[in-house]
Amino acid sequence: MYKELSKKILFTIALLISLSAVSWAQDMNALVAKVKAKLDLVNDYTADGRMKTDVAFIKAPIGTVKVFYKKPNRFRLQRNGGISVLPKGGVSINIGNLILTSGFVAIDAGTATIGNVKTRMVKLLPSGDNNEVILSTLYIDEANLLIMKSVTTTRENGTYEMEMSYGKFASYGLPDKVFFSFNAKDYKLPKGITLEFDDTDKAVKDKMKGKKGRVEISYTSYEINKGIADSVFK
Amino acid sequence: MWAHLKIELYKIFRRPRTYLAFAAITALIGVIQLGLLVDGKEYTSFVMADFTSSFAVDGKILNGYFICYVILQLLLVHVPLLIALIAADMISGEANMGTLRLLLTKPQSRTAIVTAKFLASVIYTLLLLIWIAVMGLFVSMLIFGTDDLFLMKSSYVVIVKESDVFWRYAGAFCFAALAMLTVTSLAFFLSFFAENSIGPIVATMSIIIVFTILSTMNIPIFNIIKPYLFTSHMITWKEFFDFKVNDANEAIVGSIQYPEKIIRSASILLIHIIGFAGTAILLFRKKDILS
Repeated sequence: MYKELSKKILFTIALLISLSAVSWAQDMNALVAKVKAKLDLVNDYTADGRMKTDVAFIKAPIGTVKVFYKKPNRFRLQRNGGISVLPKGGVSINIGNLILTSGFVAIDAGTATIGNVKTRMVKLLPSGDNNEVILSTLYIDEANLLIMKSVTTTRENGTYEMEMSYGKFASYGLPDKVFFSFNAKDYKLPKGITLEFDDTDKAVKDKMKGKKGRVEISYTSYEINKGIADSVFK
Repeated sequence: MWAHLKIELYKIFRRPRTYLAFAAITALIGVIQLGLLVDGKEYTSFVMADFTSSFAVDGKILNGYFICYVILQLLLVHVPLLIALIAADMISGEANMGTLRLLLTKPQSRTAIVTAKFLASVIYTLLLLIWIAVMGLFVSMLIFGTDDLFLMKSSYVVIVKESDVFWRYAGAFCFAALAMLTVTSLAFFLSFFAENSIGPIVATMSIIIVFTILSTMNIPIFNIIKPYLFTSHMITWKEFFDFKVNDANEAIVGSIQYPEKIIRSASILLIHIIGFAGTAILLFRKKDILS
């Protein structure tokens, strides 16, 4: 009799736990859907900004860029003159396609503080087997429905992080600053090609050794929902 | 001395081989420009293969500034031969033709005569470099346009802002002038010891080839002597195309990464020029002229 009762209690506890997990997952799906709905207010935008590339083995000046976005996931970053270097795979990453549009499971992963903002960590697992994105973790400011940070692991292009800070365009979910960090693979060219005979560049390299690659874009202005021709993205 | 300098310049520019050097440079640069115009993308994709596997590069990499850098990198190894053709002939050529004694019968000091000869070969060298600048930089800018300068060093990439490039070329060409004048003074110095010009021309080129090979080989025993070889310092013009970054890895526009290296190499080359030319002038004053 006692044995049977304890079995029933255990079963009830297990049922409650799984039910609560389902309800949490539903909550997370709802939260993600709310953030998505906010971002959906933006059909397209053009933004001007300043881009800084911070990679151990790249010395590049700060340049001005123009960014074009059109729903659902068309994105182009254009440097206003000059040569730009961007990590592959991260080029098309923007706030609009941080959230997987469909076919994912949202799991609550607790809370974390980004800057001074308390955020909810949500892990997005794609349900399909062939997605480029394997796992995406979003740090969502629940009060303002803003994505403060994301960590995305891809099949081909490694893991990259995006951290956002918001200002006057927060109502559209568009950041003032985006910090994009990634694992930069070192490269080497034979000295025979470059005709360099000494190792004076070693000191420069050592200075940045072990640092992650970072691209920082500070947006100075946005033009939202003014319409962009498809030809811009060709 | 001015009159004698004019005579020496007249002698230089009367020789077909002088124009051969200008024609050779025009042809060499033309071939490089044509090659890069037709198939430049292949060249850049080969050099950048490792880099572009991780990064997307957007912009006009094949611009006039980049082409000039490639030209300088390739040409400054070969130009010494064209310089030696003239500079190594300055004294030995006269000895070979038997006109040296006649030349010294002029009512001028030996120092003035030999200095005029040296200055004439300096002017020839500088004109050759100016021609390289015109063809390599200005014509390339006309054909390929301008943009930021994208350079791949052996372990890092430098992107120099378009507005920050031109003065670097001015500096690089001034430094290249010092490097080429070292060759001029070496050839002129060797010219003193021979009775025909073939010997000093071959000797100059042999020294440069051997020294360049020693400079290129990354073998510990050679690394000890590298700083003492003038050929190791001849390529320091490249330092003009590397800039400093601050702690946030932001480029400091208008800066040079290792200015002290440029000053050191320039001083060493200058010492070589003064040493070779000065010794040649001193020896010439006491030379027993028999031809």
